Amino acid sequence: MQMLEDTTKSEVEFVTFSAGEQSFSIEITQVREIRRWSPVTALPHAPHEVLGVMNLRGSVIPIYDLAARFGLGQTPENPRNVIVVAMHGGQTVGLLVEAVSEILSVSREQIQETPDIRSEMARQSITGVIPIENGMTRVIDLGAVLHPSNRSVA
Amino acid sequence: MSNPILDTFFEETEELLESLAEGLESMQGAEFDKETVNSVFRAVHSIKGGAGAFKMTELVNFAHSFETVMDAVRSETLALTPQIMHTLMRSADCLADLVDAARSGRTISEEVTSGFLTALQACLGEGEIEAVDAWDNFEFNAVTLDIEPISADASAVATVETPVLSDTDQVQIGFQIDFRPHAALFTNGHEPALLFAALGDLGQMTSRIDMTKLADWSDFNPTEPRLSWTVDLRTDESEISVQEVFEFVHGLCDLTIKPLMGPPPSPNGEVSTDSTGAPNKSVAGPLAIAAIDIFGPEAIAMPATPLTAAAPAVVVASRAKAERNDDGSDAKAPKATLRVDLDRVDRLINAVGELIINQAMIAQRLQDMTSTRDDDLVMHIEDYRLLARDIQEGVMAIRAQPVKSLFQRMSRIVREAADATGKLAELVTSGEGTEVDKTVVERLADPLTHMIRNAVDHGLESREARAAAGKPPMGTIRLSASHRSGSVIITVKDDGAGLNRPKILEIAKRKGLIAPEAELSDAEVDQLLFMAGFSTAATISNLSGRGVGLDVVRNAVQALGGRISIATTPGQGTEFTIMLPLTLAVMDGMVVTVGGQTLVVPITSIIETIRPLPSDLHRIGTDETLLSIRGRMIPVVDVARSLGFPSPGTLNAPLLLLVESENLGECALVVDSVQDQRQVVIKSLESNFGSVPGVSAATVLGDGRIALILDPDAIAGGRVTSNYPMTNILSNAGRTAYANA
Repeated sequence: MQMLEDTTKSEVEFVTFSAGEQSFSIEITQVREIRRWSPVTALPHAPHEVLGVMNLRGSVIPIYDLAARFGLGQTPENPRNVIVVAMHGGQTVGLLVEAVSEILSVSREQIQETPDIRSEMARQSITGVIPIENGMTRVIDLGAVLHPSNRSVA
Repeated sequence: MSNPILDTFFEETEELLESLAEGLESMQGAEFDKETVNSVFRAVHSIKGGAGAFKMTELVNFAHSFETVMDAVRSETLALTPQIMHTLMRSADCLADLVDAARSGRTISEEVTSGFLTALQACLGEGEIEAVDAWDNFEFNAVTLDIEPISADASAVATVETPVLSDTDQVQIGFQIDFRPHAALFTNGHEPALLFAALGDLGQMTSRIDMTKLADWSDFNPTEPRLSWTVDLRTDESEISVQEVFEFVHGLCDLTIKPLMGPPPSPNGEVSTDSTGAPNKSVAGPLAIAAIDIFGPEAIAMPATPLTAAAPAVVVASRAKAERNDDGSDAKAPKATLRVDLDRVDRLINAVGELIINQAMIAQRLQDMTSTRDDDLVMHIEDYRLLARDIQEGVMAIRAQPVKSLFQRMSRIVREAADATGKLAELVTSGEGTEVDKTVVERLADPLTHMIRNAVDHGLESREARAAAGKPPMGTIRLSASHRSGSVIITVKDDGAGLNRPKILEIAKRKGLIAPEAELSDAEVDQLLFMAGFSTAATISNLSGRGVGLDVVRNAVQALGGRISIATTPGQGTEFTIMLPLTLAVMDGMVVTVGGQTLVVPITSIIETIRPLPSDLHRIGTDETLLSIRGRMIPVVDVARSLGFPSPGTLNAPLLLLVESENLGECALVVDSVQDQRQVVIKSLESNFGSVPGVSAATVLGDGRIALILDPDAIAGGRVTSNYPMTNILSNAGRTAYANA
């Protein structure tokens, strides 16, 4: 929840998108841009959710398959796939998702803490859930997604 | 060290030390003029002045002694013998040490400095160096409240607006300086009296104090300066030296320097006009009213007198003067420089790199659109390409620095090494103007120092041996720099005895570096020098032979993406050649395909490419292969497999890159095909992801795609290990097709 505490406003905006047929969201302040999918260069010995690296105006940014990261299987190839470019710390990364849905403006009270679920991976990388029209969206802790080894500490 | 003024002082001192070394260097040669001696004197003097402002007593004392000797040289009461020249050179070294010490807060043992002080003292014979006293040559003249001269001058200046160059009975005899300190000047610890003392050094000075701004005692604020001075300085020094006096209070006062006009000095007058400078001054002088400082125009405050009317003329004058500097007619004036944060330059370089790639992509796209070919557009794109290259070259040039400062440091190393070994040696440099990336210059200092020491210690023979060989007693170390086809070549050459190959071979065998029965070619023997743990010095001298051998030099050069080679002629000397890339931001790479992926291999590590016969490949163990080449067996590394990419697996007739690895010697890398050889811009992987085993960095190809730059050392050394289960690698590899889609 750390990233949410930074803002004093009661309204928080999220970008929601779907990956592995589930809805996820990250705070809009972390999103730099949304890009069309373009071919990546595979990295040797990278974890399976890292598809490779892409050229973002001269910066080399790694692309994470969000669905694969949450154990939902690899995102199938589709020209409509998009990349959400996000910043975490000084790091710029791209998240491969199936589609960006909407920008969600919610008050802090609407964000519920992640219920005590079994999956370790999901519990550590998802900081909360927000009920939406057709179900709910999962708020991602970008840091935990990028640095799985630190999860036990977080 | 957060004091910005102190930082500025050290930066400027650095430059002053450089011009000091440069001046001394040219004084050593036969041809030097009075101006050279003056420049040396000024450099020492400015260092002293600056150090005084920061209360660096040791530095001030030393600089003062130095200055006194230089003064004697300047006034030609002291003849420049080689002995005195040597003392001056070594004192300059010591001065540099003291500055260094002051910067890092260290102290230099008094024995060292006192040795130099005694030597300096000895130069002057009986003439004692008087103790430093800034007040010595300073006299306050009558304080009269007199504003008349200002208005008189103002009218004189006003007439100048319509150029009155025909006015021959008024010539410039010095400067009139209006000086009004701000409160900040005092809070920063400056003292007008010291500034006036420094001005007094430049010539004959009369000063008037202006007390008109003094407030009533009733509302007197003691911290608010109310006084200003008008100083008439009769001098033949340049305006720059007058400005130098006020260098440290720049921005802390209202300062106006304008030429002081007057009747030409009578022949027996004590002030003489510099005849060479006169034509210039008569044109630019009368117009150059304000301190010319292109970076701080706000600092130029015009007094609230009719003088303001002349302001437009000032701008014109300063520009006219600058132009003259450009065409080189006034070579003595320092070039205008700009200090810029390195980060900003690097950001610019990055952006320009992108511009180049972007241009290449657009050009590529246009070429593909053959159906809608537009000749105009093609032409514009070509212009765009040329412009982008121009910009790139210009931006790279910002980071480039001449190797001059580096070379100057080396002459000191030669002096020290020669003194320590009892040899006579001189350093002859050439190509000091050759420009190299700043980082390269910095990181070259250590290896070059080592090579220069080596050249004096091992390269040059002893005096007796030189005499026996019929060589002059003075050994010569030649250090040169030049550009050659996109690289910088730096050579260190001595005129010593050359390499003693039998001795090198014997030592290598004794130390077990090579097999006792090995037969080596001359070139291979020379290469032994670069092996770790090799040192030919029979006794460990103070200088070299401390176990740090040429292997360290070679590693440093390779870390910069360069190469080092050696050539020797028995009896005539040894020459080391360092070949370096112009910049660290780009490198020459061979673009290859491995396992369907495009990779870049640094050219510097590639020895050759070969397609061996199947009979040259020998399997060893279950899946290792050796290549036999020229009678030697070299391990073959399947790059695709070690990176976890799908490998064709057939090693019947692979294309091999023979690379040289730091630790394992030569090794052959299997690649699918070689596409191209080109310069690539190096991009870090670490900032957004992390280090990847076997990969040193990434680059962007012309089509905008990223290619990984291989780290041949890691691949060859088998240091590429996966932290992830094998299944991941396989699935990753399986997705390569997707990634390439």
